[in-house]
Parts: sequence; C-alpha cells; structure tokens
Amino acid sequence: MSEVVNVNERYELNKNLAQMLKGGVIMDVTSPKEAEIAEKAGAVAVMALQKVPADLRREGKVARMADPKIILEIKKAVSIPVMAKVRIGHFVEAQILEALGIDYIDESEVLTPADEEHHIDKWKFKAAFVCGARDLGEALRRIQEGASMIRTKGEAGTGNVVEAVRHLRRINKQIAYAASLNEDELYAYAKELGVSYELLKKTAELKRLPVVNFAAGGIATPADAALMMQLGADGVFVGSGIFKSKNPEKRARAIVMATTYYNDPKILAEISYDLGEEMEGIDLRGLSADQLLQFRGN
Amino acid sequence: MKRIGVLAFQGGVIEHVKKVEEQGCVPVLVKKNEDLDGVDGLILPGGESTTIGKFLIETGMKDKILELAKQGLPMWGTCAGAILLSKSIKNQGSGVLPLLDIVIERNAYGSQLDSFKKEVFVPRLNKTTECVFIRAPKIVEVGSNVEVLAQLDTPIAVLQGKILATTFHPELTSQNYWHSFFIENVVK
Repeated sequence: MSEVVNVNERYELNKNLAQMLKGGVIMDVTSPKEAEIAEKAGAVAVMALQKVPADLRREGKVARMADPKIILEIKKAVSIPVMAKVRIGHFVEAQILEALGIDYIDESEVLTPADEEHHIDKWKFKAAFVCGARDLGEALRRIQEGASMIRTKGEAGTGNVVEAVRHLRRINKQIAYAASLNEDELYAYAKELGVSYELLKKTAELKRLPVVNFAAGGIATPADAALMMQLGADGVFVGSGIFKSKNPEKRARAIVMATTYYNDPKILAEISYDLGEEMEGIDLRGLSADQLLQFRGN
Repeated sequence: MKRIGVLAFQGGVIEHVKKVEEQGCVPVLVKKNEDLDGVDGLILPGGESTTIGKFLIETGMKDKILELAKQGLPMWGTCAGAILLSKSIKNQGSGVLPLLDIVIERNAYGSQLDSFKKEVFVPRLNKTTECVFIRAPKIVEVGSNVEVLAQLDTPIAVLQGKILATTFHPELTSQNYWHSFFIENVVK
C-alpha cells in the first residue's frame, strides 16, 4: 500500500517514525537470537550488524554493511523496527538496504567510510536515515542532506560515555547560543557552522534540533542511559554495552527501564543492583587519533 | 478542568500532551500506578507496543488500568495503543489490555517504506481528517458492539463504549478533531 508521496511528505513520515521511538532504547544485534533478546527486554528497535563496534574496533579491518542474510533473518525474528548501518558515503549499500525494506538506515562512522568527502544524498531515498553528529554544525549538515533522525557519535565500542556526553552538551550549548543571536548574527553563525540560515533559524526558534536526537557511543550502564536522558537526549542507542557484558538479558532490561525512569534515582538504584560484570571500558586517553571513530565524516 | 493521563513510558507522548493542553485540559504523565489517581481519561500513545506492553505488565499498571476500565475510565489508543487494547492480535494472542472487541494485525501495511498519510472523511466528526499511518496495524475484524468511525480498506477508527482506538496518529498533525472528539464525546 504505498501511494506516496512527494519528497517532503516522505521526509515527514520518516521523522514521524523517529518520534515514535522516543524515550526508548535501540540495541545493536548480530543474530536473530540477540534480536529476540533485545525485543523481549523492551528495545524499541534493533540495529542489525555483522559485528558490534567493540569487535570491529579490535579487529581493525574494513567494516561494511551487514550481509542481507543476517538483516533479513533479524527482520523475520522481531516485530519492532529494524535498522542497519551503511558506510559513510556508500549510497549503493543504502540502495541495497532500501531494496530489503529496512525501516531505518544508519550512515555510520562505526563502519569504515567509503567516501571521505561526501555523505549520501539522502533526499534521493524513500528510506529513513539516521546520522551521527558531534556538534550542531554536523547535525544540521546531516539534516540538510536528508537525515530524519540524529544521534550523538560518542566513541562507539569503548563502553566509555565521555564522548557522548561531550557531544550532547556541545549541541545543546550551541543551540542555546544560536537562540540568543539576532538575525544578522545568525547569518554569520550559519556561515561558521557551514549550514543554511533557514535551518539554523528554525533550530534556534525550536530551541532543539528539528528532528529526534538520540544519544549513542559508549553507553554501558543504566546510569549512563539515564545520564544521557537527563542531559536532554530523546532516547539511546546501546551497542557493545549489552552483548559484551556478562548478563545481556538483565542488562538490556535494566537499560530500558533506566531510559524511562531516568528522573527517578530510587528506581535507578533498584535496577542497577547486581547486574553482573559490565563490558570492559577503554580509557580514551590511551587511544591514538587514528583509533577514534568519531572523526570519520564531518 | 479535565485531567487527561498520557501513558509515558515511551513513544509519541509529548505530541499528545500538547494536544491535550490545546483542548484546555490538564495533561498528566503516567509512568506509575499512583499517576493514574484522579485522571478523567487515559491516552495510550503510539510507540512500540511490545515495549509499552512490557512496562504495563512489569509495573503492575496493567491490573490497575483494567480495574479502572471496569469503573468506566475512558481510554484512547493510537497505533501501538490500539494494539494494546485489542482482544486479539492476529497470530499473537491478545493485547495487554484486551478491552476492545477487535482483531488487529501488527505492521499490516509493511515496513516504514509503506508508511503513508491520507485524508479521510469521518461522518461522525463531519470533518475530513489527516491520517498519518506509521508502520501501522490493521483492524481485521470488529465485534458487533463496536462502532466503526472511519474506514479505508479496513476500519481505522473504532469506538466501543468508553474505549476509542485509531490505527493512525492524530497527534502528528496540526488538526485537533480527534482530541476534541475524545474529550468532548468520550470523556465528557
């Protein structure tokens, strides 16, 4: 029953799906079994991947879109939306995911970039896109290219939330700054950020991004998820943090609960209790610049 | 002033809250049993029905809401909310709050690529309403005591006593017809 639609109406529908995911947790999964665990734990969507970021990081090989076989098996296993990642700029991988009927495409720095200068022209697609951002300029440039959802980049696969915190705070601060400017100052700021004046103005008026903004990259505990929610995220992505921990079922459920009851320390204390060993974290100060994923694609 | 609860675990919560305010009512975010005290109506928003259903069961709110339904609490489920209220989900048992005598089918139109918007005339409202379907379910059967308010190839809005369900999202449009219908004709 597709009787759609012009580009703008399609974009609205794609933004609408992201709105329905708000307050929820999107989990990385690499098999139908993990997808079922995620759905049972209360995930609002799953990200179908060949390998979770922690493994991609360790192996240091070229990381690409998952095999369609894995994606379709995962799609069959759950009723919640299924997302999948493509390399930055790899519009053919995106065409393939669209042909598979994917619900959301993540143009992701976690995979090896295919194009170091260009992101995908997302307006050419009917499929919905989510992209990562470290600051307001990146976020608005991705939206200009047609992303209907944004997530912080964080530093995926590290179990260390520090970069996600930095990115979300930076975006919030820049929005507050934009909202304080008058019109001619706004023109200059748009130029500085490399974004259109109209989009920046709209953001300043809304005092938030014009699309849903989730936190991602390094979230490993219920407290991490609640922290990102209190900082103003609309929801969270959890990658390696779940299936790299000792008790994925219990931890997944706890992170889902924490994302909903993020303002209730008493409940957070209960759900954080005795979760077993979490994934090993990486102190980012020990990583060299070329080991950081967040600088891919700005 | 009427107090209208909006189930707030996850999903299109703030969108409903704004509409409730525009109707001159007081929105109440409902995440715990005690939040239900003194509400005049309850909206179950869109989102993921499996996620919201899980919260309803684990928090024990399922039992409290079913109890309030017996006392006549008006309710309205949009999209995922409609699934939760269904007596039967095709091939999957029943909704968590099986109060509405319908059979519903999850994701019946397909994936997000099949999401769509359509203008539909609703005789009972005497209005043409914008209907936004996001990975929407389909109502595939209705009981004899269920009134069909709007229809495409299958019913998209139904009313049974104090229980309203729409498979689309009126909270995502600039119109207020469905919210005013719920508050003026169902909650009263």
